[in-house]
Amino acid sequence: MITTTKQLLAISSAALLLSASACKPKNAATAVSSDAASKAYVAPGKYDEFYNFVSGGFSGQLSVYGLPSGRLLRVIPVFSVDPEKGWGYSEETKPMLNTTHGNVPWDDLHHVELSQTNGEIDGRWVFVNANNTPRVARVDLKTFRTAEIIELPNSAGNHSSPFITENTEYVIAGTRFSVPPDDVNGDVPINTYKKNFKGYISFIGVDKTTGKMDISFQIECPAINFDLSHTGKGPSSGWFFFSCYNTEQANTLLEVNASQRDKDFIMAVNWKKAEEYLKAGKGKKVPAKYVHNTYDDKTHSSVSETKNEVTVLSAKDLKDICYFIPCPKSPHGCDVDPTGEYIVGSGKLAALIPVFSFSKIQSAIAGKQFDGEYDGIPVIKYDAALYGEVQKPGLGPLHTEFDGKGNAITSMFVSSELVKWNIKDLKVLDRVPTYYSVGHLCIPGGDTKKPNAKYVIAYNKITKDRYLPTGPELAQSAQIYDITGDKMQLILDYPTIGEPHYAQAVSADVIKGNSVKFFKIEENANPYATKGEGNTKVVREGNKVHVYMTCIRSHFTPDNIEGIKVGDEVYFHVTNLEQDWDIPHGFAIKGANNAELLIMPGETQTLKWVAEKSGIWPFYCTDFCSALHQEMQGYLRVSPAGSNVPLTYSTGKNLPAADSTK
Amino acid sequence: MKKTFVYVAFSVALLAAACGGNNQSASKDNTAASEEKKPSENPSYDPKRGEGKFTHVDVAATLDPKMAESGEKVYQLKCSSCHKTTDEKLVGPGWKGVTNRHAAEWIMNFVTNTDEMLNKDPQAQAQLEICLVRMPNQNLSDDDARHVYEFMRKNDGVK
Repeated sequence: MITTTKQLLAISSAALLLSASACKPKNAATAVSSDAASKAYVAPGKYDEFYNFVSGGFSGQLSVYGLPSGRLLRVIPVFSVDPEKGWGYSEETKPMLNTTHGNVPWDDLHHVELSQTNGEIDGRWVFVNANNTPRVARVDLKTFRTAEIIELPNSAGNHSSPFITENTEYVIAGTRFSVPPDDVNGDVPINTYKKNFKGYISFIGVDKTTGKMDISFQIECPAINFDLSHTGKGPSSGWFFFSCYNTEQANTLLEVNASQRDKDFIMAVNWKKAEEYLKAGKGKKVPAKYVHNTYDDKTHSSVSETKNEVTVLSAKDLKDICYFIPCPKSPHGCDVDPTGEYIVGSGKLAALIPVFSFSKIQSAIAGKQFDGEYDGIPVIKYDAALYGEVQKPGLGPLHTEFDGKGNAITSMFVSSELVKWNIKDLKVLDRVPTYYSVGHLCIPGGDTKKPNAKYVIAYNKITKDRYLPTGPELAQSAQIYDITGDKMQLILDYPTIGEPHYAQAVSADVIKGNSVKFFKIEENANPYATKGEGNTKVVREGNKVHVYMTCIRSHFTPDNIEGIKVGDEVYFHVTNLEQDWDIPHGFAIKGANNAELLIMPGETQTLKWVAEKSGIWPFYCTDFCSALHQEMQGYLRVSPAGSNVPLTYSTGKNLPAADSTK
Repeated sequence: MKKTFVYVAFSVALLAAACGGNNQSASKDNTAASEEKKPSENPSYDPKRGEGKFTHVDVAATLDPKMAESGEKVYQLKCSSCHKTTDEKLVGPGWKGVTNRHAAEWIMNFVTNTDEMLNKDPQAQAQLEICLVRMPNQNLSDDDARHVYEFMRKNDGVK
């Protein structure tokens, strides 16, 4: 027995040695080189070099990581409620999640786009999309908070969104599902898709100074699926490119029925031309309801406003706004290189990657090198637009980012790899495995004029055996590769929140200096703010009771409240009087049916609490704030509906009567 | 615990004694010393002035009521949660007599450079051992600090 084991060991060791020397890297152990750890290491107390804004997918939130450490710095609530931060639960943030369908507490956040000036990331805002109930949000990078959410009419599955133009003039959002327009009766048979459905792309104007969004116009397009999009730049400034699939116009079993045609389309949109038409009054004002929600850092509260009209330009009638370019097999990614000359379409089912030339597209349009029309839109001849094809890049090309040195890196979903290729000669230069099934990828500034190509990050859909098992549901992951040399080198892999789709990264220097440390209490314009402990009060208005409360290390004022009656709606308006960085206070009260408040220094937030039973209801600070944090607590007394207990409130004054222990 | 307290109280008393005497000349000597050496090094540390940007504050013999009024507003907003104007301790010590215990420079440095003072200044540290809550930096502007000081003077009976 012993001999057998020894023999087996000897044989297997020999086999291991052999296999190690013979095969190319297939698993993590061989794919990671010895200096990987030092490349991803950021010493305790040191800052990362890059911020990485990563979509949280079906979590509805936006996560922020540091690179190259992969440390999770923050999760910014956007489209989903977040009880931890009171997002969507405090009275001040509730309007942010309002839609024409009422309060929508969840969404699916897919894409992330940092604002740009002159085609470079300017670090002011990051835009993100809600896929399910079509919306676009703007996150302010001074506060790392969602500042604005706008809903999109005539849309469904807001997927090719929220990509921006070179100077953030517009955020562009194309519908994934074509649907009947909002202003007609949508109660039609589903199989009348070709007749009754339309595809809309929205151009959301962005105010240069404030970032405020408003839908400038929509372009009505044929009923197909718009998948992804990217802005032109340099020579292709003023143009926008969309990938389109389901040009079969299938309305059922798309897996098969939308994969029939050999080529679908890239749609090139001349938005400068669209602007001209708009100015010339060619737009049609169409009834369409959508909401626009804004958060104000001075009032520390949000407003939801309903709009009733949108201006629509018809691509069919105004012939020279939109052009279709045939693109092989259900294109997904639609990416424009830093020079603005090359447009890369990635056909999910294609065995090659087509690269289109903007100058050739322009000549083709000028020379009318068309292959007829598709639903009234001119179709440019494939060869007339094509620069060339990358042959045998891998299986399932999805997305491409650029290194600014003449190369592109494309993610391959089916063959689980990143493939680097040269844009000019279209030759594959390098490939590395991902673990597993990579979707999006990100190079800092990788879709801008000036990539900062130190790393490429792969965002993987499947992790299987990569981490300790956690039951049937496993985390998705990100993997960082050093791309400073000729060979891409895996240096770190870490789990992410939700499902990461697109992500962007930028040098920390562009953002970190602008970070707000606290809100100035003098500027707090919340109507329920309490500026100073002397102004605290409790006011009854019928069955509504407003508690104007302050907090500071380590007490609430008032912390003893009596005279609340069963059936009262109590509004705790809590102002954090602190004026120092990183000193939020929390507020939680027993039995609250919503969540806690997390109040930043200088801010006022409100929690609604309904008194359902008489008794004593404790409240306390949830965010460890000082050595006496555990003392930061209070009591609310609730009496029966008809009771005559007077309304009283105080801190430090409600002392026991002399004989109270008897 | 009690012993610690006694020790602390004793140190404070000693320090207070060391700082007593002719205020003006002591202040001058220390200023000179601090110019020669780096201000952060301990031998040059002026416990009367504290650590911060205020090296000399001009204080008139009589009260500036406008400043005091403005200082009271700052007090109501940012200080009153923890400090009473009597000698009663709430979270922090009561303010009665504070302008007799500390120089204007020390107070203004403490309220604008709180963390550094708490890390360095023996009197601030002694007070922390009593209160056990680090005073929050309430980000007072230079003017705020001066006005609060004037309000403290008013509170201490300066007319």
